[in-house]
Amino acid sequence: MRVSLFITCYNDTLFPSTGKSVVRVLERLGHTVDFPRGQTCCGQMHWNTGYQAEALPLLQRFVDQFRAAEVVVIPSSSCVAMMRDHYPKMAAEIDDVRLTADVAALLPKVFEFSEFLTKRLGLEDVGAYYPHRVTYHASCHGLRSLSLGDGPLRLLKAVRGIDLVALDRVEQCCGFGGTFAVKNAAVSSAMLEEKISAVLDTGADACTACDNSCLMHIQGALHRQHTGVRTLHLADILAGEEEVQA
Amino acid sequence: MSAGPLDPKTAPAFPMAAKAAMGDSQLRSNVRHATDVIQAKRARVVDEMPDWQALREAGKQIREHTMRHLDFYLEQFEANCTRAGGVVHWARDAAEARRIVVSLVKASGSDEVIKIKSMTTEEIQLNAALEAAGIQPYETDLAELIIQLGQDQPSHIVVPALHKNRQQIREIFQRTMHLPNLGDQPQDLADAARLFLREKFLRVKTGVSGANFLIAETGGVCVVESEGNGRMCLTLPETLITIAGIDKVLPRYQDLEVTLQLLPRSATGERMNPYNSIWTGVDPADGPRVFHIVLMDNARTEILADEEARQTLNCIRCGACQNACPVYRQTGGHAYGSVYAGPIGAILTPQLQEMHHAQSLPYASSLCGACYEVCPVKINIPEVLIHLRNKVVLQNTSGIAGLFDVEAAAMKAMAAIFRSERRFRAAQRLGRIAETPLVRKDEHGLGWISWLPGMLGGWSQTRDLREMPKETFRDWWEKRSGHDN
Amino acid sequence: MTTDKPLSARDQILHRIRVANGGTSNAATAQSGWSSLARGYKRSATQTRQGVLILLEDRLRDYDAHVIRSTPADVRRCVAETLAARGKHRLVMPAGFPAAWLPPSLTFVMDECMTPAELDQVDGVITGSTVAIAETGTVVLQNVLGQGRRAATLVPDYHLCLVSAYDVVETVPEAIARIQATATLSTTFVSGPSATADIEMTRIKGVHGPRFLDVILIV
Repeated sequence: MRVSLFITCYNDTLFPSTGKSVVRVLERLGHTVDFPRGQTCCGQMHWNTGYQAEALPLLQRFVDQFRAAEVVVIPSSSCVAMMRDHYPKMAAEIDDVRLTADVAALLPKVFEFSEFLTKRLGLEDVGAYYPHRVTYHASCHGLRSLSLGDGPLRLLKAVRGIDLVALDRVEQCCGFGGTFAVKNAAVSSAMLEEKISAVLDTGADACTACDNSCLMHIQGALHRQHTGVRTLHLADILAGEEEVQA
Repeated sequence: MSAGPLDPKTAPAFPMAAKAAMGDSQLRSNVRHATDVIQAKRARVVDEMPDWQALREAGKQIREHTMRHLDFYLEQFEANCTRAGGVVHWARDAAEARRIVVSLVKASGSDEVIKIKSMTTEEIQLNAALEAAGIQPYETDLAELIIQLGQDQPSHIVVPALHKNRQQIREIFQRTMHLPNLGDQPQDLADAARLFLREKFLRVKTGVSGANFLIAETGGVCVVESEGNGRMCLTLPETLITIAGIDKVLPRYQDLEVTLQLLPRSATGERMNPYNSIWTGVDPADGPRVFHIVLMDNARTEILADEEARQTLNCIRCGACQNACPVYRQTGGHAYGSVYAGPIGAILTPQLQEMHHAQSLPYASSLCGACYEVCPVKINIPEVLIHLRNKVVLQNTSGIAGLFDVEAAAMKAMAAIFRSERRFRAAQRLGRIAETPLVRKDEHGLGWISWLPGMLGGWSQTRDLREMPKETFRDWWEKRSGHDN
Repeated sequence: MTTDKPLSARDQILHRIRVANGGTSNAATAQSGWSSLARGYKRSATQTRQGVLILLEDRLRDYDAHVIRSTPADVRRCVAETLAARGKHRLVMPAGFPAAWLPPSLTFVMDECMTPAELDQVDGVITGSTVAIAETGTVVLQNVLGQGRRAATLVPDYHLCLVSAYDVVETVPEAIARIQATATLSTTFVSGPSATADIEMTRIKGVHGPRFLDVILIV
């Protein structure tokens, strides 16, 4: 299958390794990856902060870049949620018939990375090896907007060598929420503190999720508190192979 | 917290109020305990209903339908209630509603009233108006009694005193009921309230209530409650005055089969709350001889006129969103500066008030969606929050002052960057250069930022940030594909 | 142009609603809209009659009500035993309560407009019921013969409620359908004794309504 990758603006800039991992996993599974170079951002930050006029051109841009794709894979649950929850309404609201039709045609081909593996390809074991103690945080958008359910956990359970430990209050938000972390820094920090305590209670070496934005937030406190616990995207775990383990 | 009424016109912005609330560790632990318990109870009685999602859908459709035909159903309610001996009044706003209620109480010949817990009366600060008119209101719900005697403010829609634990309640009762030897077991405290209020139930001639549902088809009113204080206020006085938002109407009696399943399970985690009372006008042989109902707008028609936000009116005041909200869990209710706290408060308050009085509330959410998931009538609270954020932005960026809005300038600049791949790449390079003075190496030789300037400083109070990698994904991709440029 | 007298609050609110909704609703459109609302939830019983009765007993007990089964022939003895166990001697009863169910050794005062203070002086109240809902552990009382006015089942501290198995339904929608015809009567749904969870979310029995509820299920 020819998979078009939408890396997302923050993965492109801050977490390129996740993009590389996605490419590695998809190619290992025999698929061809394509990267439309004009892509930038889905518009989530603008839309969610109230800058709707600023988000609209980004919707148009995404559609233009990916119109011809066979499938679009995105390693960020919140960006996929942005598209599914808001794109149809955004297009309809500006009475753009063509854009509305384009969005309707494109969205069924758009998948979050773990969702693509479990729901589109029907896979659980992608041949990964990762000999560490890992806990999984269910990012809110993946959990509630995309209904990822136990898909990511089934992928993790199939990883060879992994010691997967359950996270207490796994469904509770880490407190990131985009600009919320800045505008309501104190509340966000208090929410994060609960998440950090839960992560530390697992004794895991690493915390994973389907969204690097949550992980960036969790990582920020794990590093500040010198916990030694790492964060990494689900794709980075699934990319692990026995022979390349350092 | 201060004893002044929760008023969005004067309350501090949410981030400031939240910070103050979070300094109270007792409050935080009480709120966490209470919301944990109530969430677990709700989950248990919702999980035993295989048709829960169908009930939610029906609840949503009934409420949406009601709003579409609200004029018809209100007129139908008015006609049927009047035919049954009730007197229907209409109030455009809080001030008019207060005036009507005060004059009705005076006309009843009483200078005191017994009250059922009612969010609507809290919303219009009725007690202060009654007191100003020389009328003594007695709150009769246990939690409201705790609030009234403690000169406190409600912090939750369903359990307004959830921020107080048993020791704190005992202290209030000991002091105000003159019971120095009162124990701190919940049963002791409930018994004290029973004795304290029974005399008032048997004596006071005028009752004031809210309403959970108005039934257009019959002209009936439904009130759900737990303690029996509601039944006392609805049954024993000679005059009953009910005040209800115009959004409280249901088309038909049969619709209770949906709302009476959704509300108790969502609100208190019970299959049915101990008492539901339904009455229609006046029954000469049962209950008050005079019944007045005040139908209040107070900005509800403005909400109705906003196509994207009107779902706010579908709310049946169960409070499930508050219990599920990770933000409320940290702050409790007072930080919202309004009697409507939590996620529903974050969308309702700014719409009941003029927006600029509550600019910070639409941002008091991480948009995690837990509220939407538990809402019994499927109000998409995150969607409405985002819609209100857009209104805040439009308000702040209009006119000359808007040109100097720092956040708006940054957001618009970012948007311009994202509209061009070339500008985006340039910004990525520039970002790496700009952050360099802030980056410090840790013990593993990795670069981290521990201090950020300006608006971003909130992040770095508790969180580090990894430095940007030297190579973006797209740089790597192009190198790998062999078509550098 | 002449100015009309100012709109009443009523007219102004209705006008605002009509502007917001883009027009005036009427009985026909409301009726057709209401009829097409989705009602995919459970609306009829799924259990056997025996199962429904057991469910009612279980749910009543779960909410601190005491439940006793009796045969129709045995009701009077069951009432006597239940009241003896509770130590209740003088009860109020509504007009139309079946005399055959009353043990002669106890005092039953007919509620003829008793004042709240008088109701506060009796040991308890005995009533029948209109319908009972198994799934929620609820008995529904209406102001009819044998059940009486609301104050009488409220002020006394003890309520003995007799429920006929014929009147037990499994679900809330079945109960609403049964009382639809008498919808305008004063109606009270009682699910267990008075309770509160206002203090630390601990459910405690008995605040202002009757603190004790016994149910005799006549099968």
